[in-house]
Amino acid sequence: MIRILSRDVALAVRAGGGFGLSLAFFLIVVVLVPFGVGPETAVLAPIAPGILWLGALLACLLSLDRVFALDREDGALDLLATAPVPLEGVALAKAGAHWLTTGLPLSLAAPFLAVLLGLPAPGHLWLAVSLLVGTPALSLIGTFGAALTVGLKRGGLLLSLLVLPLYVPTLIFGADVARRGAEGLALGPPLALLGAVTAGCVALLPFATAAALRVSLR
Amino acid sequence: MPDLGKYAVEVGAAYGLSAVLIVGLVAVTLWRGKRVKRALDAAEGRRNA
Amino acid sequence: MQTEMSLWSYANPTRFMATTRPLLPWLSALAAACLVVGLVWGFFFTPDDYRQGSTVKIIYLHVPSALMAINAWFMMLVASLIWLIRRHHVSALAAKAAAPVGVTMTLVALVTGAVWGSPMWGTWWAWDPRLTSFLILFLFYLGYMALWAAIEDPDTAADLTSVLCLVGSVFAVLSRYAVNFWNQGLHQGASLSLDKEENVADVFYIPLLVCIAGFVLLFVALVLARTRTEIRARRLHALQLRERMA
Repeated sequence: MIRILSRDVALAVRAGGGFGLSLAFFLIVVVLVPFGVGPETAVLAPIAPGILWLGALLACLLSLDRVFALDREDGALDLLATAPVPLEGVALAKAGAHWLTTGLPLSLAAPFLAVLLGLPAPGHLWLAVSLLVGTPALSLIGTFGAALTVGLKRGGLLLSLLVLPLYVPTLIFGADVARRGAEGLALGPPLALLGAVTAGCVALLPFATAAALRVSLR
Repeated sequence: MPDLGKYAVEVGAAYGLSAVLIVGLVAVTLWRGKRVKRALDAAEGRRNA
Repeated sequence: MQTEMSLWSYANPTRFMATTRPLLPWLSALAAACLVVGLVWGFFFTPDDYRQGSTVKIIYLHVPSALMAINAWFMMLVASLIWLIRRHHVSALAAKAAAPVGVTMTLVALVTGAVWGSPMWGTWWAWDPRLTSFLILFLFYLGYMALWAAIEDPDTAADLTSVLCLVGSVFAVLSRYAVNFWNQGLHQGASLSLDKEENVADVFYIPLLVCIAGFVLLFVALVLARTRTEIRARRLHALQLRERMA
């Protein structure tokens, strides 16, 4: 499992792996927002947590279709299916690698991008915390969507359609934590709920992902 | 017609749009049912011929 | 000759076709009768509400369609589970057949809800938790139908959509609570809620019951008819494959 994880991380970081792409996409989305709504801090600051969460969510989505597709093309996925590691473990490792190469860097970059949108000072920390807690759920849900669409020729668009509605709870709780953090309000309940969503995803979704993979590989 | 008062447009729109959607669903169901049945009958005919 | 009769014997496609053929016209007629009686009763012969005026008549469409929007998904969930556990093809096809009916019901509930909201809330769309939940349910239906449409092999499609339906159900419930958390509602529940009217008086309640019965029967009739079509389409597909091979 650890070796699948480190192999996937290494593949993604290597040139052409798409490691930097999602970060660059995140940056571009954030830069474009002021062009859309105007440069006043009074407008930007209140929507900054939501925009940053949305941007991170969409950036996560970008790299999902390559989670299984490359392994499927060169036959590595069939080998993984017959490997001694259970397919559930493979699913978890794949999601972990996706998180390490997208969720983690996005979470760490978000506070700096928040400066661009004029997010008030205490918000930066909570934005990063909310993303760190929430993005694993995004990676796990996305990996499940990728497993559903791995056998399809043009799965990318369908993948977005399947995955985005599943992102609703994570987005609601995550953006709420970031918003309350910026406004200096108590953020215990949404943070706990966000953690619960992520924990539930870690516990249950690898089984669904593995089930979908078994069908797709049949 | 009952007197719908000042909300005539809203009530009319709700009933009209719902009728369009439901009648459309029934029509599509019947149309596809007929088409598939005809095609299946033709295929069975070819097989038995 | 098998004499033991169980519910599962209806899962055989041939038996299903034979059983539903005589049933379908009666069901359809009953559904049409209930809908006509209920809606005409509700539209023409109920008084206006003292507060909502004639917009109260919209509940005869809104409440039954909203009920069926959720129940259709629930039926798909049960059918998906039966397919995953017992591998009955009729079950998988029934889930597939129910999705377009469910999505239409969701759309009717959304449209009537928005139209009802326009004079009550002064806007066509408010991010009311319940309306929002139905919008999310609508997206779930779209994804489910898109996955069915995208996969060629019918058994693979049935398997993957069933898994999606299971996971989607969990997330749909989760979204419902998340949406409640996100926006407790601009409008204090009962005073403007449609549900209050159900408890008010029999003049509204009885035609509403007839309409609900009509929508349930319509749903059953449509799902049966569409499942029959799916079974035929599958047989046709198999025959065409055999023709091509020969």
